[in-house]
Amino acid sequence: MSLDKEKIKHVAKLARISVDEAKVDSLTKDLNSIFKFIEQLNELNTDKVEPLTSILNQSLRSRKDEISDGKIREKILKNSPKKNEEFFVVPKVVE
Amino acid sequence: MSNITNQSLSEILESIKSKKISSLELTQAYIKNIENAKKLNAFVTTTFDQALENAKKFDNKPNNEQLLSGVPLAVKDLFCTENVKTTAGSNILNNFVPSYESTVTKNLWNNGAFLLGKLNCDEFAMGSSNETSFFGNVINPIGDHLVPGGSSGGSSSALAADLTPATIGTDTGGSIRQPASFTGTVGLKPTYGLCSRWGIVAFASSLDQAGPMTKTVNDCSIMLEAMSGFDEKDSTSINKKKETYSKNLKDNIKGLKIGIPKEYRVDNMPKEIDQLWEKGKKILKNLGAKLIDISLPHTKYALPTYYIVAPAEASSNLARYDGVRYGYRSQKGKDLIEMYENTRSEGFGDEVKRRILIGTYVLSSGYYDAYYLKAQKVRQLIKKDFDDSFTKVDAILTPSTPSSAFKIGEKTNDPVSMYLNDIFTVPVNLAGLPALSLPAGLDKQGYPLGLQLIGKALDEQKILNIGYAFEKNCGYKNEIKKWWS
Repeated sequence: MSLDKEKIKHVAKLARISVDEAKVDSLTKDLNSIFKFIEQLNELNTDKVEPLTSILNQSLRSRKDEISDGKIREKILKNSPKKNEEFFVVPKVVE
Repeated sequence: MSNITNQSLSEILESIKSKKISSLELTQAYIKNIENAKKLNAFVTTTFDQALENAKKFDNKPNNEQLLSGVPLAVKDLFCTENVKTTAGSNILNNFVPSYESTVTKNLWNNGAFLLGKLNCDEFAMGSSNETSFFGNVINPIGDHLVPGGSSGGSSSALAADLTPATIGTDTGGSIRQPASFTGTVGLKPTYGLCSRWGIVAFASSLDQAGPMTKTVNDCSIMLEAMSGFDEKDSTSINKKKETYSKNLKDNIKGLKIGIPKEYRVDNMPKEIDQLWEKGKKILKNLGAKLIDISLPHTKYALPTYYIVAPAEASSNLARYDGVRYGYRSQKGKDLIEMYENTRSEGFGDEVKRRILIGTYVLSSGYYDAYYLKAQKVRQLIKKDFDDSFTKVDAILTPSTPSSAFKIGEKTNDPVSMYLNDIFTVPVNLAGLPALSLPAGLDKQGYPLGLQLIGKALDEQKILNIGYAFEKNCGYKNEIKKWWS
């Protein structure tokens, strides 16, 4: 299969990355060569194979549902590009 | 002690312990080297004041009981360091100052080491040449026109150029072993789960693993011992007793069975790599190991599998970079969605965007079964190849890379040819196994080449022992002319 420009723009939209119109052609070419490479996997019949979900053969540990952290609002806000007192600030969402 | 910085970590530790050199003198020597090596572009951030302060503190009250007493270390800029900028080689994190320390670096500091600086790497560890970094490419000390490998390219360059006595990197598909091979140094990717992933900027969570990069195998065992261990904060951390790799290091490998997989070769592979592999086999055989031919039939599918699994995981991990909570934010865009789109477009480089798009596509509605599920099934087959082989052998010997260090710019226009560089390293990540890259010889241009030892899960001690015996009998010595200073 091959990816066309429209499909790539759609995927970029899903990934929330704006794509420069001038770069769409080279991106299409690169992604198609990568997908051609990936599709070698279709040579293999995997109908009877279980997908690998953990390489450790161990299930994830559970822990008690307890608060172990907290009162670090300042630390969390410290790296925000835009904040107002105790809030992250984003462009206006509701008119 | 003018030559202290070209010694191994274990020799340096001995000198500190016996007071031949103070921690301050040692730190000053490295700072001088780093200041003279700006051309290599190995560092993103230096923390000299903090390092000098820590060195003085150590000298005033030396504690020589620790594994890394009084030693300054530079680390890959993918490890979050408290109050020290952590960029992951990306513009999107160019202003990010963590308020916490990664578990692995904290383990190093708890063992007596302190931070010297943060090392350049491919953006979000996505690359094999350190050319995707926002902070520019790193130069290989072997030659001014050569890449140092990637993604831990700042780490390999700094280590080979005597800018740090040892270092740590991360390895998702070869990012420790390939740069080690390109610079004539030792690099270990541990078993998945042996070193905590907590506080490491995430790329592909089921593959990422931190590990040591060092000048000798003994150094590697010291660093691994210091950095590894169970961590409650990493849900895939393995809960087991801590091992003392350096104390248990032995060079007796008599009777061990070494597997030689017939699939580890590619078209147009330079003859020297085959010759080097032969040399490696001969050395191990002379030491009393038994060579056994094995087959890992799904090897050729490892790289295509990787290029589904890794981008898929990356696309979800990197969704967090939204310009709201931390990192870069674009000033363009009329609403929230446009702000996201512009932030991510301006903040990420081309390779990272490419991989996010691949990942988003393979996980998108209607394609999941054809790509991601298929890849996880093939991953099972790849793991089974190794499981089957390890019923017959103790370790597997292969070349580390299909070529020596290539030229800067040589592969940047063809992503697939760049990806092919990781063909011998990627299968190990997919199967979660440990693997050690050892410097083994030079090609006809005089560039280093490495051999890789793959072990069973949690069998680090055995591959370190084989590597230790190999190193003693290989006669490889890194002789780098310091053309940059």
